[in-house]
Amino acid sequence: MKFGVLRFPGSCDELDALAAARRVGDAELLWHGERDLRGADAIVVPGGFSYGDYLRAGAIARFSPVMESVIEFAGEGGLVLGICNGFQVLCEAHLLPGALLGNANRRFTFRQLALEVVNADTAFTRACATGEVLSVPAKHSWGRYYAEPQTLEAMEEGGQVLMRYAPAQNFNGSLRDIAGVCNEAGNVFGLMPHPEHAVDELTGSTDGLKIFQSMRLAMEGARV
Amino acid sequence: MVMETASRLPTVEDALALGLTREEYELVCEKQGREPNQLELAMYSLLWSEHCAYKHSKRLLRTLPSEGPHVVMGPGENAGAVDVGGGLACAFKVESHNHPSAVEPFQGAATGVGGILRDIFAIGARPIAVLDSLRFGEPSGAHARYLLDGAVSGISHYGNSIGVPTVGGELYFEQPYEHNCLINAMALGLAQRDRLISSAAAGTGNLLVLFGASTGRDGIGGASVLASAELQGGGDGDDSGQDMRPTVQVGDPFAEKKLLECSLELLERGLLVSLQDLGAAGLTSSASEMASKGGVGMEIDVAEVPLREPGMEPFEVMVSESQERMLCVVEPSRLDAVLGVCEKWEVQGAAIGRVTDTRRMRVLDSGELVGDMAVSALVDECPLYDLDPQKPSQPLYEPPVASLSLDATPLEMLLALLSSPNIASRRPLFEQYDAIVQSRTVRRPEQADAAVLALGSASDGPAPALAVSIDGNGRRVAADPYSGTVAAVLECASNLACVGAEPLGTTNNLNFGNPEKAHIAWQLTESVRGLGDACRALDAPIVGGNVSLYNEGATGPIYPTPVIGMVGILPDARRAGRLGFHRAGQEIALVGPLRPSLAAGELAKLCGQQLPDGLPEFDIGAVRAAQIAVREAVRAGLLASAHDIAEGGLAVALAECCLAGDIGAAVLLGDDSPDLTAALFGEGPGGFLVSGERDGLRRLGEGVPLQSIGTVGGDQLSIGIAPESAALSVGLAELAAAHSSLAELFA
Repeated sequence: MKFGVLRFPGSCDELDALAAARRVGDAELLWHGERDLRGADAIVVPGGFSYGDYLRAGAIARFSPVMESVIEFAGEGGLVLGICNGFQVLCEAHLLPGALLGNANRRFTFRQLALEVVNADTAFTRACATGEVLSVPAKHSWGRYYAEPQTLEAMEEGGQVLMRYAPAQNFNGSLRDIAGVCNEAGNVFGLMPHPEHAVDELTGSTDGLKIFQSMRLAMEGARV
Repeated sequence: MVMETASRLPTVEDALALGLTREEYELVCEKQGREPNQLELAMYSLLWSEHCAYKHSKRLLRTLPSEGPHVVMGPGENAGAVDVGGGLACAFKVESHNHPSAVEPFQGAATGVGGILRDIFAIGARPIAVLDSLRFGEPSGAHARYLLDGAVSGISHYGNSIGVPTVGGELYFEQPYEHNCLINAMALGLAQRDRLISSAAAGTGNLLVLFGASTGRDGIGGASVLASAELQGGGDGDDSGQDMRPTVQVGDPFAEKKLLECSLELLERGLLVSLQDLGAAGLTSSASEMASKGGVGMEIDVAEVPLREPGMEPFEVMVSESQERMLCVVEPSRLDAVLGVCEKWEVQGAAIGRVTDTRRMRVLDSGELVGDMAVSALVDECPLYDLDPQKPSQPLYEPPVASLSLDATPLEMLLALLSSPNIASRRPLFEQYDAIVQSRTVRRPEQADAAVLALGSASDGPAPALAVSIDGNGRRVAADPYSGTVAAVLECASNLACVGAEPLGTTNNLNFGNPEKAHIAWQLTESVRGLGDACRALDAPIVGGNVSLYNEGATGPIYPTPVIGMVGILPDARRAGRLGFHRAGQEIALVGPLRPSLAAGELAKLCGQQLPDGLPEFDIGAVRAAQIAVREAVRAGLLASAHDIAEGGLAVALAECCLAGDIGAAVLLGDDSPDLTAALFGEGPGGFLVSGERDGLRRLGEGVPLQSIGTVGGDQLSIGIAPESAALSVGLAELAAAHSSLAELFA
């Protein structure tokens, strides 16, 4: 099982994502200017400030050559995880519904958060239990999840809301406390908090590892 | 013959306007053998500024200890470095960006972070952490709040965007900083020890390549007229130095991020002979210092420099402080490879000159000579000045405005201290910083007294970690420049001890007023003497630093503020100490030779007391012994928590341990304390508050004075003198509410 971790100019958490992925499988960096996904079985679009967040977070990265291949890969059912800025890129690329707006508290905010797993029956959460609470840090300025009411209804019904901020944890003002959503097909997942920063007790928590483990299990066709 | 492009030669008046003295101008004429032209005068005025030449501080700085077994790179390079084992070196340095931030806080602070990061990767190290040290006027004032908000946003914007965690810092509010805030930023980097690179230019015929952002008209004169003079105006604070805004640079963290990756890839591939960042005084200072260190000459053609706007004069190109630029020396055969790496990272690169054997700095404009100076005259022959120190006979600073009565109850005092701006939780600030990117952060802000950064993955065994702390209490230094500075160094080392770390090296930023005034010269001289003595006593040599003088305006000087940054190492990251009490039933003890005194402390400030003349004496050796004992106990896993007793004394330290652990404590001090207020709130070096199982504390007590004072548990903090007589008792919720008072500044 091999993860491909995208690297844009301005990516900041790509090496963290690479190291996290390597705890469960092989992983390598994929340069933004290349179209070749180098045989990756799953793609991670990492956090940071791709292209300096100029224009709008994720707005330029979605047009990069590597994203053309990722869009195609996702269309064929390949697993794509977008973290923070990666979530923003996936929304900009219309691989995920909705958009991420400026935080309700109007500031970049870093906090260790409690996240509730809403749907554990997906390729990204199957190593978790529904209702399980994960300790994962978040750090962003533009994390307020927004989608039209009808879209939100359809997503809830379709099981596309995978993670919510636990009570009193939603500092960014996301609608319905949404922290992470997947597409209808269930193979593209965007998450504002950073599971790659919760993979080692030494640095605070190992709960985020479950996202990467889930992806591996999904790739191997295993069931928990 | 040098072409004279300007219509007239500059006069001595022009030199004075650029910050040189009449005598210095005459010396420039002597060095040149003629009157300098506009470009030459501009370059001399910058390189002979206090900011670049350290002309009032260099003789003092030479007295500081800079050698030791761990030192890999000492003062003189872009940053210092110490050996941290495993073939790795840790580069670190603190630098100030005070006057730019006083003029424009967001960009001033942002470019301060950008500048210190470039210093780190200029020696080939990947930046792994930033800390900041901030001083503002009292936050009750709108101007101080504007500066605070702008500076914090600037640091957050730059550090977060570039992917370097901001892991710690410190912040004080005092009236003397009202019109002259201090923004000091410290950065750490890691490199393979044998891959560190010098900035010394070498190899006649090698090319000078400028890469990064294009060059514009921003920051012209930043090092001289802005950084090396007192701030003008600012009588009512709101217009401090507005007309100086064009001398402040504008930062672009995205450009710096690309520049960082590009620089490290160039070094990784072995393509560079030497590397230097462009900071104060831009190309002028970078090129001259590279030439000086290498004992070579240089020729630079300003027409080859990529410009942001057309029509810039040669002198403007040479002195621009446009951000996010680096200068390197490259062998001609490697130029294409270097430009290829630049292209990959979408960074502009251009060969702008070459190394010569003339030891002269020759500036060309499309091949025509427009400036010609001896490198040694520019860099090494600026006159150095002796200070004329004299202890002031009158107090220099007004007493602070009282907000608390000395008749207040102990509980009122504790709550007032906890909610006071200098002690309240820094959470509203540090939550604006990414503290965890790069996956090294073992201890985040408010988890321990020092930040702890893992040096490798420690999943299945001991892995060493770095610890870092930054500190400097200006009010204590104002009361006693020598002892206050020693105390600041000891405080850093105590912070390291609390996580189990041993000091490896020190950096410092000396923030003072105008050294040409005798009382400031006295503060500076005494402070540097204390700095040297303390670093020698701790075996923590100074590997680099910065001096920021002329920090005063119409309303007087700042408190003398040496800011100390210290880096240490601990052998097992898993055992890094914590600040918070851990488990009910564990014992609490007071450790070390602390002799609590209210002199110049936070309580004295709240009560509006005038600064005393001098601080009580303390024994550096005894403090160091306590630090070593605590460090070894942390390393041995004997302690559940360890916290240095600092501002607000024992009672505040107890409250902080309770809040960090979300658990209460019951403490009995014993009735032999002659002065309850001093016992509760007195300050001084050498006190530690630790907790743990009884057996562990007993073992710690074998080597150092230790007094068992209570037990962890419950949801109250109660402190008594004798059984049944609580001096104070308060719920955690009330403590937490007081401690979170800074939140309203960012609401």
